[in-house]
Order: sequence, then C-alpha cells, then structure tokens
Amino acid sequence: MSEFASGSLSARNIHLSFGSNHVLRGIDLHVPQGTTASVIGPSGSGKSTLLRVMNRLIEPDQGDILLDGRSVLKDNPDELRRRIGMVFQQFNLFPHKTVVENVSLALRKLRKLSKEEARSEALEQLDLVGLRHKADSRPANLSGGQQQRVAIARALAMKPEVMFFDEATSALDPELVKGVLALMADLAKGGMTMVVVTHEMGFSRNVSDAVTFMDAGVVVESGPPEQLFTEPKTDRLKGFLSDVL
Amino acid sequence: MDILKQLADTFFNWQLMGEVIPKMFAVGLPNTIILAVVSGIIGTAIGMLLALMGISRNAAARWVARVYTDILRGLPPVLTILVIGFGFGPIVRELTGSTSPYPMAIAALSLMSGAYIGEIFRSGIQSVDKGQLEASRALGFGYGPSMRLVVVPQGIRRVLPALVNQFIALIKESSLVFMLGLLASEREIFQIGKDLAANSGNLSPYVAAAIFYLALTIPLTHFVNWIDARLRTGRPEKKEPDDAAAVVGKGAQA
Repeated sequence: MSEFASGSLSARNIHLSFGSNHVLRGIDLHVPQGTTASVIGPSGSGKSTLLRVMNRLIEPDQGDILLDGRSVLKDNPDELRRRIGMVFQQFNLFPHKTVVENVSLALRKLRKLSKEEARSEALEQLDLVGLRHKADSRPANLSGGQQQRVAIARALAMKPEVMFFDEATSALDPELVKGVLALMADLAKGGMTMVVVTHEMGFSRNVSDAVTFMDAGVVVESGPPEQLFTEPKTDRLKGFLSDVL
Repeated sequence: MDILKQLADTFFNWQLMGEVIPKMFAVGLPNTIILAVVSGIIGTAIGMLLALMGISRNAAARWVARVYTDILRGLPPVLTILVIGFGFGPIVRELTGSTSPYPMAIAALSLMSGAYIGEIFRSGIQSVDKGQLEASRALGFGYGPSMRLVVVPQGIRRVLPALVNQFIALIKESSLVFMLGLLASEREIFQIGKDLAANSGNLSPYVAAAIFYLALTIPLTHFVNWIDARLRTGRPEKKEPDDAAAVVGKGAQA
C-alpha cells in the first residue's frame, strides 16, 4: 500500500580509490523496496561517497549496483539518476531560479512537460512539503529548513524510485531540524525506498528499518536499529555510539 | 588674459565644434557604436567558447584556449589591430572582393575582446559552487545541459559588472581602428575629430570627441555600479521570520 513506485537497491562489493586513498573497500548494502536504510559513521568513513557511487555521480572502480534486482552500471548514468532522488547537506538549490522553477526545471527539460503542466505539478510537490506559498520566492529568501524542504520537493518531483539523503539536516539550525526530519519520516512511512546518511541517531533508531555502520571505507556492522543501538557487537561501533549519544 | 583666451580657443573653438559635432552625430557615433556592439557580441561568443574550452576536461581544448588567451591578452591593442587589419586584409580582399578594412577592424576588436571576456567568463563559471553541478547531475541532467541551465547562467550573472567594463574598454579601443585607413563613411568618433584637428591645427575637435566618448562610457560605468550593488544586495523581498510563522502567518493561506 505504498504511495511511491519505489524499488529495491543493492550495492555489491563496491571499491573506490582516489589515487592511493582507498575510500571504499568492498561495501555491501541491500535496501529492500519501501524500506529506509540509514548509514552512520564518523566523518571521512565514506558514507557520502557511497551515496554518490550508488547514483553514479562517481563511478566505482569495482563492484555492482542493482536497482530492482538489475545491474545499472551499463545504463546511461543520466537516466539512472532520474530514478534516484538526492538531497544534499547544503541544499544546493539553484539560486538564480525561483522556488517553483527549481522544482519544475527537471520536469520541463527531462520529463518534457509543458510549462503549465510542469508548474502545476511543481506546485503540488511544494504543497506536500508545505511551501506552496513560497513558490515565487528566491531560495535565498527562505530559511534553511524551508530550502531543504524545497530540495526534497525538487527531488520528489521526478517521481524517483529511491531517495538519497546526504546529511540533510547537518547544515540546519537546531530548531529547523525537526521539520525536515518529520518530512523524511513521512516519506519513509509512505513506502519510499530511502538511503539516509545521517548524524541524527534518533532518526536512525526510530525511523529506519536497517542501520549500517561504516568506518574507514568498510561496513563494520549492520542490522536492525534496536540491535545496533542496544547491543553493538564491535568496539568501533561501541566507541562511535558513546561519542555521539 | 591672452593665455586664457588662447587656451579657450585651442580647446573650445565653437566654430570648429559646430562644424564637427553634426558629423560626429551623423557618421562618427553610429560607427563607434557599430564597431563596439558588433565586436562586443562576437567577442562575447568567442569568450564563452574560450571559457568552456578553458574548463573542459579535454587537455587539448584547455591548451588551445590558454595559448589564444595568453597571446591576445599579452599584445598591445594597437599592434593586434594593425597586424590583423593589414595582415589578413589582402586575403579577405581576394576571397570576397571587399576592399573595406571595416570587417577587419571588427575582427581584430572581436578577437581581442574575446580573450579578455573568456577570462571573465571562466572566472565566473569557476566561482559557482560545485554543489550546483552535482545537484543538477543528480536530477538527471547531463554535463552539457547542467552547464547551460544551471552553472553558466550563475557564472555570467556574477561577472556582469566585469563584462560591462570590458564593453567600456571596447568602446575606447574602437578608436584605434583609424590606423587601418577607413573610408570617409566608415569613420568613427575619434577619426572624425582627428581629421578636422589635423586640418585646422586646433584641438577642439578632439574635445568634441572626448565629450562623445564620455557620454557613452560614463552612463555605462554607473550602470556597472548599479548592477554590482543589485547583485550584492539582491532584489528586495519580504522575508518570513521562520517556518512556524509561515504556517500560521498570512503566507499560509496562499
């Protein structure tokens, strides 16, 4: 009974090096359809890089990526990315366009909708994130929380099968974090397949179906949130949790 | 008093001014504007091409852009105009039958300003945050469309003041094309002043030319300042204090 036409996503044995820096060392991640996987770990552990490899903003040196059980490494990467929405830490809204244009740009240019159709669909998306009244403002005139909600609407407008969140609340003022997390939780409940890289342990624990703990380019531990947060097996995860909780 | 009178006559001889000003309006001003605007447009196109080549992932393209820019920016304008005008003029004459140096003047000015504008565009495009390209790629746009729709428009906006400054320089440098020996109907502001000054041995026609140049450049200078201020502060817009206010405030019913 999901609202979204979401799909499963898997990464298999992903390796990536930047020169001599081995950033990802054989990552496996499986996100069943309609579930939310959160990825936690210290800075520099490769979490954000993993997201970028899974939508092929960065091509892996080795390994495979499967969407709905089918390898996507041979697909056109631009077409793959239309199926995966991504939300960034710094929002990355287009400052030279209005809020509604930010959301409708890809609808017009990639889904080839007419200007009116794209606008009305974009307004619907903005409605979902509670910002329809800001449609004709510039991103710079919105608060950080509002900007991030627009960024989510922009990603959702493409009707993605999977959503990536890359530390989506890390750049927000504390009082604005809640609104964005609530929206993400709504998406998760609505059946969207999501991969959430986050430092919000509360979200990771309460909303996600599975948690993956990464450190130094490897998956150290993964499983249901209760298991990881209450009975961490490895010293590295115990150390990490005692640092952040 | 004699000295003052002599100075006044040298610089502000009303009879000579009266003679030269109508000619400047009829011939000089249109030609200066055509030279500056046409080479400004072509130079902008060359500049955009150079900028995109300069940031391209293709090393050969970067190298070509670099060499072109280094040479054309490194030469005195007067030398470039002479070399291109006299050097390529005969070839063009043979190919097209045209003997007018006017197109060569436009070519020289365009090639020159292209090098400067290329550097202006490149710095603007490179100043755009990398996250913009990443966000556009993540939506599913390819590299080309991402540059065209997202990155380049923002880059250009930032360098508009520098671009208008370059256009001001172009208006001034257009005076150098007199060296190519233009036909009477092709002469621009400076040469019309220069012709009469040479005939009369009086500097008033130069003063008239100066007034024409200033009438073109000073408004543009202020236009630059206006754009600059506008870009810095943005369009004034009412800002909601926070999210909560927007939900209950008057924005909410929209």
